[in-house]
Amino acid sequence: MPLKDEKPRLFLEEFSVKKAPNDYGMSDGKWNFKKFTKKFRIVIVRMDNFEMEFDLIGIQPAFANAFRRLMLSEVPSMAIEKVMIRNNTSIIQDEVLAHRLGLIPLKADPRLFEYRQEDATGGTEFDTIEFTMKVKCTVNKSQPKDSYRAEDLYENHSVYSSQMKWQPMGNQASIHKEADIGPVHGDILVSKMRPGHELDLSLVAVKGIGKDHAKFSPVATASYRLLPEVTLTREVRGGDATLLQSCFAPGVIGIDSEGRAYVRDARYDTCSRNVYKYDEIRDAIILSRVRDHFIFNVESVGALQPNVIFVEAVKILRDKCKSFLDELNKFN
Amino acid sequence: MGEINKKQNDWDSAKVSREPIKTLEDKWKLVPAFLQVKGLVKQHIDSFNYFINVEIKKIVQANEKVFCDADPLFYIKYLNAYVGTPDLEEGYNVTKPTTPHECRLRDMTYSAPITVDIEYIRGNQRVIKNKQLIGRMPLMLRSSNCVLTNKSDFELAQLNECPHDPGGYFIIRGQEKVILIQEQLSRNRMIVDEFKGAIQCQVTSSTHEKKTRTNVIVKNGKYVLRHNALSDDIPIAVAFKAMGICSDQEIMQLIGSNDTSMKKMAPCIMECHHLKIFTQNQALSYIGSKLKVKRYQSGTAKVRTPVDEARDLLATTILAHVPVENYNFYVKAIYLAIMVKRVIEAETNKAAIDDPDYYGNKRMELAGSLLALMFEDLFKRFNWELKSIADKIIPKVKAAPFDVVKHMRPDLIANGLFAAISTGNWTIKRFKMERHGVTQVLSRLSYISALGMMTRVNSQFEKTRKVSGPRSLQPSQWGMLCPSDTPEGEACGLVKNLALMTHITTECSEEPIARLARNAGVEDVRILGGEEINHPAVYMVFLNGNILGVSRQYKRLIKVFRMFRRRGLISAFVSIYPNHNQRTVYICSDGGRLCRPYIIVEKGNPLVQQSHINELNRGIRKFQDFLNDGLIEYLDVNEENDSHIATAEKEIDPYVTTHLEIEPFTILGVCAGLVPYPHHNQSPRNTYQCAMGKQAMGTIGYNQKNRIDTLMYNLVYPQCPMVKTRTIELTNFDKLPAGQNATVAVMSYSGYDIEDALILNRASIDRGYGRCLVYKSAKTTMKRYSNQTSDRILGPSRDATTGKVIRAHEVLDTDGIAAPGEMVENRQVLINKQMPPATLNPVTQGQPQQVEYKDVPVTYKGPVESYIEKVMVSSNSEDAFLIKILLRQTRVPEIGDKFSSRHGQKGVTGLIVQQEDMPFNDRGICPDMIMNPHGFPSRMTVGKTIELLAGKAGLVEGKFHYGTAFGGSKVSDICQELEKHGYNYHGKDVFYSGITGETLEAYIYSGPVYYQKLKHMVQDKMHARARGPRAVLTRQPTEGRSRDGGLRLGEMERDCLIGYGASMLLMERLMLASDAFSADICGACGRLAIRAWCHACRSSAAVSSVEMPYACKLLFQELASMNIIPKLTLKKYC
Repeated sequence: MPLKDEKPRLFLEEFSVKKAPNDYGMSDGKWNFKKFTKKFRIVIVRMDNFEMEFDLIGIQPAFANAFRRLMLSEVPSMAIEKVMIRNNTSIIQDEVLAHRLGLIPLKADPRLFEYRQEDATGGTEFDTIEFTMKVKCTVNKSQPKDSYRAEDLYENHSVYSSQMKWQPMGNQASIHKEADIGPVHGDILVSKMRPGHELDLSLVAVKGIGKDHAKFSPVATASYRLLPEVTLTREVRGGDATLLQSCFAPGVIGIDSEGRAYVRDARYDTCSRNVYKYDEIRDAIILSRVRDHFIFNVESVGALQPNVIFVEAVKILRDKCKSFLDELNKFN
Repeated sequence: MGEINKKQNDWDSAKVSREPIKTLEDKWKLVPAFLQVKGLVKQHIDSFNYFINVEIKKIVQANEKVFCDADPLFYIKYLNAYVGTPDLEEGYNVTKPTTPHECRLRDMTYSAPITVDIEYIRGNQRVIKNKQLIGRMPLMLRSSNCVLTNKSDFELAQLNECPHDPGGYFIIRGQEKVILIQEQLSRNRMIVDEFKGAIQCQVTSSTHEKKTRTNVIVKNGKYVLRHNALSDDIPIAVAFKAMGICSDQEIMQLIGSNDTSMKKMAPCIMECHHLKIFTQNQALSYIGSKLKVKRYQSGTAKVRTPVDEARDLLATTILAHVPVENYNFYVKAIYLAIMVKRVIEAETNKAAIDDPDYYGNKRMELAGSLLALMFEDLFKRFNWELKSIADKIIPKVKAAPFDVVKHMRPDLIANGLFAAISTGNWTIKRFKMERHGVTQVLSRLSYISALGMMTRVNSQFEKTRKVSGPRSLQPSQWGMLCPSDTPEGEACGLVKNLALMTHITTECSEEPIARLARNAGVEDVRILGGEEINHPAVYMVFLNGNILGVSRQYKRLIKVFRMFRRRGLISAFVSIYPNHNQRTVYICSDGGRLCRPYIIVEKGNPLVQQSHINELNRGIRKFQDFLNDGLIEYLDVNEENDSHIATAEKEIDPYVTTHLEIEPFTILGVCAGLVPYPHHNQSPRNTYQCAMGKQAMGTIGYNQKNRIDTLMYNLVYPQCPMVKTRTIELTNFDKLPAGQNATVAVMSYSGYDIEDALILNRASIDRGYGRCLVYKSAKTTMKRYSNQTSDRILGPSRDATTGKVIRAHEVLDTDGIAAPGEMVENRQVLINKQMPPATLNPVTQGQPQQVEYKDVPVTYKGPVESYIEKVMVSSNSEDAFLIKILLRQTRVPEIGDKFSSRHGQKGVTGLIVQQEDMPFNDRGICPDMIMNPHGFPSRMTVGKTIELLAGKAGLVEGKFHYGTAFGGSKVSDICQELEKHGYNYHGKDVFYSGITGETLEAYIYSGPVYYQKLKHMVQDKMHARARGPRAVLTRQPTEGRSRDGGLRLGEMERDCLIGYGASMLLMERLMLASDAFSADICGACGRLAIRAWCHACRSSAAVSSVEMPYACKLLFQELASMNIIPKLTLKKYC
């Protein structure tokens, strides 16, 4: 069934993903900058401080994937790298505690810091943020008589990420605001304690990249999917139409006043392919995806805004290309 | 009688209801109700409770009096015995109550005093003394005298005990020991079997006094009696005559006067005539002549005639369990006649041969009965020792009257019991019993491994024998033993595990049962003749293998018995069942029978109604109420075989069904119960999982942080499985889990996933997947020696020049013990202990105390550093300082670590991949793990695929699915759930390659699967050596990783190199890299020369140096020491 336009497509058949017969892959054609600029578009669909959905249209998967990969593993962020434990009498082991602290996302903007030198012995104000965490669990003196809840009996029985105290180094206090440094979420449970347990830690956060450890990744996840398309090949009406509707995500298939099914908006279809379960309607539909239309979804961990993360990723790719070209040019 | 007959007909024909039987909803809730009362290890605890509360008193009563040869008036009489509550002896006569955890930490024994009330003679007085200590009894945890029983979770927490710990084990010197359930053939029962083509009927009699085996065997067409105490086989007719059945007619009447029996017996009777034995006396003197000569005559004055000896032997030793009063052998003769009858029957009818593997013929021996044996033995020895002390001391004239109490030393019984449990050697001379490996150390690798150990059944069979009979799954094991949980390899089928609802009976007294049977119409055989006993209308009734009598209405008897049992008038564990071929009814009340509860079905209707279940749900009905109301009863294996049991309501046949299964999943044990959808798996896979579940890391108990075990593996973030089973909830595995739910994509990736290898996501590992804690402990004691010296601990040593603490002592605190929180590396000292040079000879007075102490530090070994978790300083039972150090490592999964799902699918990590390289789906989900689909076709673990699907549906729906055996969530429902949430109903999603960014052509089956991290980790296995230690004798490199040994180039590898012709490589590997030695050889005589001097030739002229393996030189010397002189011929090289 020929489709009207010339968009490259993948067909979601019942058991496998098939390319169109005349499709030899997009990397086959010759790269043409003008053609590319004409076709290429970015549409931001949705954005807030933590999440962004945007479309990358008219680009090759290698590029889209490169941005995804860079966001996951090369865009830097700040995370706690070293935990100096002066005292830890809680039941949680030192290593586990350190690991948990490391995974707490920090608000500090990594662009304002430098990487710590590999051979550096200590941190400087330009590459390090220091926190302390000093918590001691005690018996609540003014506890209510007949309560046995931990929160009534003890003080500081739960240690939260908000209990980290920033210790500005050098001139840091004048450059950064405290609100822009600490943990993104104050309610991350770090440890549970009982009277007599005590934590006395100093935490050292540095700049790093996700490739080194997942805690440095600025995104919870960044991924993309191809734009789904649903095409009706014949008229479906009545009971079949409602059945068809139920096979897709809500809002994908509409039913008009005459009981005919029509494709309303396939964008948010989950591509579950459950239509193929029903013999009576499976021939009425073609499921496909547009091969050069990437719907990106970037979930920031909170330090950077998702759009910034993407831009950073682009910059990293640019720098990589530049340095590669420089390397090549050395031989000319 | 007529009326009774009519009624009997009534009982026979059940009135049938035609309505379809409704399925009981939530019938499975009876299982938790059962486990709530019975617990998972109730069999152990019940057995032990019976021992310390009942049997110990019986044993003491049976041996109540001790006399003395020296003084006829002297006696000790035990009035009563008690086992107290657990305590520790702290100094002389000072005790302090203790807890199990204290014993674990301080390497003590969790035991309670055994006290007795005694009456004895002191001087001329009769004295009664109460609460005299005679020994100490190791206490089973959660037994009636344990401090943990009937404690709430909060109280248990205060005692440092995990509320989910099953108990049922002992703590001996800090070690947790389990007395495994021992399986053996039941005693006091006739077993007809075929041995080397001959039919024989065997009875192993066991009484408190004796344990003997009696056989009736076909020998040359004649029947003979064989017994260990007799040097020769006794013709059966002689045996009868010796028992006072002198007329041939009477013998035949007892055996049965039908034609075949007469024909078969004729030669035996003839033989007896040939031997000219006609009277009882003749027969007895014949037997007397066949007695085995005793090596040493114990009695001094008593020299008895062979006739007397033979009579005694017949009365007490042959068929010892059949009581003989006043030498009236009639009952024993009937018993013997039945044995002959069985043999005759088996000769013509092969079906009459008993199956020794049939589980009705087996009895389980539990901690209680084993300890009872041991205790009785020790108690007898204790009394014998008292007697010999009394014999020795009483004749002596003394100032104070002899007081026997002062000579009662509790050590004998205490140490005897402790040693037996801690070594597992059960040696009881009385019964010539010598068993090894009765106890094992409780495996605390995971909660499940500990639990699995408590349900383990050990068989007495030799493991080396390659017989299939005892190893194969017997149909009678149904519901009693887990069909899946058995080890692979040599112990396969010999080590078994109890199913979830199995209960093992404890003994209950026979008298009321015998009385009841009499009242129900059982007539005593002693008043009946052979013809009456063998009348075809009559059934013989046995009680625990002994003849009770005969009954003309066996159906009525059985019915009455069952009614009594259901009304709770006799113990619920008494079983009764007929054997129609033998025309007998057996009543059993002995201990060690396996049984399990069933719902009673009457007239096609299960007695348990929905209303009862509702009451159970509301908590106003307990499991015991079901038993009391006669809705549920216990059936043992034998009675089960006389019942018709429906597995589900729809299978009830109103005409025949007598019982209904409570829940089919209870046929599986604890370990197999963890597997979701096991009924979809190939059976060996479930067996593999049973073995692997015991190696999985996770949590071992709520008190795991308080324990100091030699080895403990914990997961940092254990999770409850997404797909649970009912058994998981019943065993509390969901509260003490051992594994994590990994999002698995079933696809191929990179080639590092062949042969079951797994691909792990780096980011998942970074975020804590598979992270585990490994705890090891180091221990030492500071002893005090007999010469007033003792071990000591010094603080860290300092370098003489720099004044700094030396590296080896860096982690030491000022007290010389490593400080908590410190990191220790290889060969650093944990405890800087020193020992005095002489520990035996007293230090001579006046000599300055400046003796050189010897360094005996406790050092840390291991390629990877550890951290000190905690240090414990305490004292042990020998009053020595006890120092334990707990070391901790946190390990992150690495390539080569072993993981397994719950379907017997193990694999090692083949590659750890960065998250961005992992495939991802439309929703941005990256799998934690990639598994190669080639793992499925040959393994046929369909259960795993369903687990994945159910787990995925559970995630999107926000609930746990159940994969209970023979039930669980249906695949169609799961698919519907997935569909509802916009997922593909097959569970397959579109994935994008993380490397190219393009869509993968195939849809990928992905979802959460519960994965266990197994204890095998590369870090513990990695080994390499360039140079290193060598064995002293051969100078070859040592063997094994623990000794930093070499890697052996074995025979097959050697063959390859020979085949290839790499002779120089061979030379290098086998000699130069191993034990090259330059030997001096005398070229003249060809013998070894010593230091270039040939002792034989008395010259060094022809001596040359030759490179050879040291082992070769050693061989020459060893041969020479045996007068074989190997000679070497030397030639000029090139």
